[in-house]
Amino acid sequence: MPRLLRAPALSVVVPRSEGLLIPLAALLAGSLAFSLFLLMVGKSPLAFFGLVWTAGFSTAFSWQNTLSQVSPLMFAALCVALPARLGLVVIGGEGAIVLGGLAAAVAGTVAVGWSPTMGLGLMALSAMAIGGGWIATVGALRIKRGVNETIASLLMAYIAIALFNHLVEGPFRDPASLNKPSTLPLAESLRVGEMPFISAHWGVLVGIVACIACWVLIERTTLGFAARIAGDNLRAAQVQGLPVGKLVIGFTALGGAFAGLAGFFEVAAVHGSANGSLIAGYGYTGILVAFLARHNPLAIIPVAILLGGFAASSGLIQRRMDLPDATILVFQGMIFVAILLSETAYGRFRIFTPAYWEGR
Amino acid sequence: MDPVDIGLWGVPLAILAGAIRVSTPFLFVSLGECLTERSGRINLGLEGTLIFGAMSGYAIAYETGSPFLGVAAAALAGVVFGLFHGWVCKFKGVNDIAIGIALMLLGTGLAFFFGKPYIQPVAPKLPSISLGGWSDVPQVQAALQVNVLFLFGAVLAVFLWWMFRATRVGLVIRVVGDSSDAARAMGLNADRVRLLSTAAGGAFAGIAGAYLSLYYPGSWNEGVSSGQGLMAVALVIFARWNPINCFWAALLFGGAGALGPALQSVGVSEGYYLFFAAPYVLTLGLLIATSSPERAMQGAPAELSITK
Repeated sequence: MPRLLRAPALSVVVPRSEGLLIPLAALLAGSLAFSLFLLMVGKSPLAFFGLVWTAGFSTAFSWQNTLSQVSPLMFAALCVALPARLGLVVIGGEGAIVLGGLAAAVAGTVAVGWSPTMGLGLMALSAMAIGGGWIATVGALRIKRGVNETIASLLMAYIAIALFNHLVEGPFRDPASLNKPSTLPLAESLRVGEMPFISAHWGVLVGIVACIACWVLIERTTLGFAARIAGDNLRAAQVQGLPVGKLVIGFTALGGAFAGLAGFFEVAAVHGSANGSLIAGYGYTGILVAFLARHNPLAIIPVAILLGGFAASSGLIQRRMDLPDATILVFQGMIFVAILLSETAYGRFRIFTPAYWEGR
Repeated sequence: MDPVDIGLWGVPLAILAGAIRVSTPFLFVSLGECLTERSGRINLGLEGTLIFGAMSGYAIAYETGSPFLGVAAAALAGVVFGLFHGWVCKFKGVNDIAIGIALMLLGTGLAFFFGKPYIQPVAPKLPSISLGGWSDVPQVQAALQVNVLFLFGAVLAVFLWWMFRATRVGLVIRVVGDSSDAARAMGLNADRVRLLSTAAGGAFAGIAGAYLSLYYPGSWNEGVSSGQGLMAVALVIFARWNPINCFWAALLFGGAGALGPALQSVGVSEGYYLFFAAPYVLTLGLLIATSSPERAMQGAPAELSITK
């Protein structure tokens, strides 16, 4: 075959297209499997995807619905993606979200009468410190004691939720909250408002900035380079004298801090106090977002928007198609399986190598 | 049977009763996970299998009127999930932990999807055997209501222990779990052994789910499992991959879970929610105490990704 592509396209586009086309193909395969499922239960896949488009992405109003879901998903996904760069599978981000939200709510009661900047700053910092410390513990246990991070983070998520229930039910409970135990409501000045022109709170913008910053950290700094080496081969990195322990604790702390920030925005922008609504499973959907994005922080942004749109369309699908609310969960599960299965396709197709296009 | 005031004796009794009632799903799901992990693979998706087992078991028991058919259906559903997990993990580059998380999501989703119509109807319950007939105290009698599945689980634990120790099948599973290379040298197909072990493990998890919906708490709804399936992974570590220890660990977890409600029943409500964390704190503490950065955990199958 003659030489089809020239140097820039060859060295830039071809190697990268694999990381884009394979996940897209997997997304398509997952959607096809789900379409078959819908046909089997006697529903129209076209109607389903049409409604996802209508309710998630078609109008300004549907974009508001979608964006309202996106902010916690981005932060929760960062909590998975950052440790993943070091080869760690951390799945307990939910715990950091919940405790971060509680820390923000408690800090808010301390900061009554402060200026909004100072007050919100204290709240956000408390949330990040608690969330970061929580997940950094997972990293530290891995490094110091060899405790598996997946299991440890999972156990700690359950412990966090029990701790949260205990504190919201007891020491930090607002006596006025009767049926639904909550912390004291935040002062109006300590609420995070909406951004101008779009009805989505500032957490969306902060999340996008955080994703970009993490991408720069991983792809463009020596620190990120060291982390990627450690993620490829931990032993080799240790032999090379890289500070693997500090990297692991630093990356888990950063990931946890973002999860804590998700809790902060849920409390300060959405709920107004810490209560059971915080335990909404964003930590677990975040795992899916991170894997779909192949742990690339930049890719987290569109993936979180896509999954946010699915979540936002759930209500309309229930009403219009007479389907249970778990339909979206089935859809997510099928996509997740397809994405993980597609991992096996990397490096198998010669079409993604420059050699193929050079005619060799 | 009027309750007799037995004062503080109610606390250990309630813990015992809780241990027997609550431990059965822990027991089955941990035996399943133990079998899978002994073959060198980990299945985090048992939570999804358990929830799907709870739903399908309840649905079939309601439709056929037989709780035992329900248990069989749940086990069959577990086999299907296990086979799928085992098949997907066979591919190069597929992470068994991540696939588990995905199947947990999918299993939960499918269970909620198909289980919607079965939230209202009442299915027949699994029978239990009264071992407390010798006592006049109704609390003791209630505490010693032992479900048939609990007894079956205890027998299964002993059987698995014997199987690993003394049979060829047990040896094959152990070899595959400890060294893929040794298995290949012996002419064993490691993928097939793992596939079958994961399928059998899934069947046990399905039965665990059926116990939840058909005996205790004894109804199908979306909150029927509170993480028992996920806890199995921790429980197996706790039990050092030994089926007999799985039995004791399940009892311990069941009892620890009953501690909070038991104390509340005698007026100690301080820290009610903290007691729910007891089994998790226990496991984490044990993990920290026995792990080491230098060597794999004692008793762990060497091919297991989480202990390497």
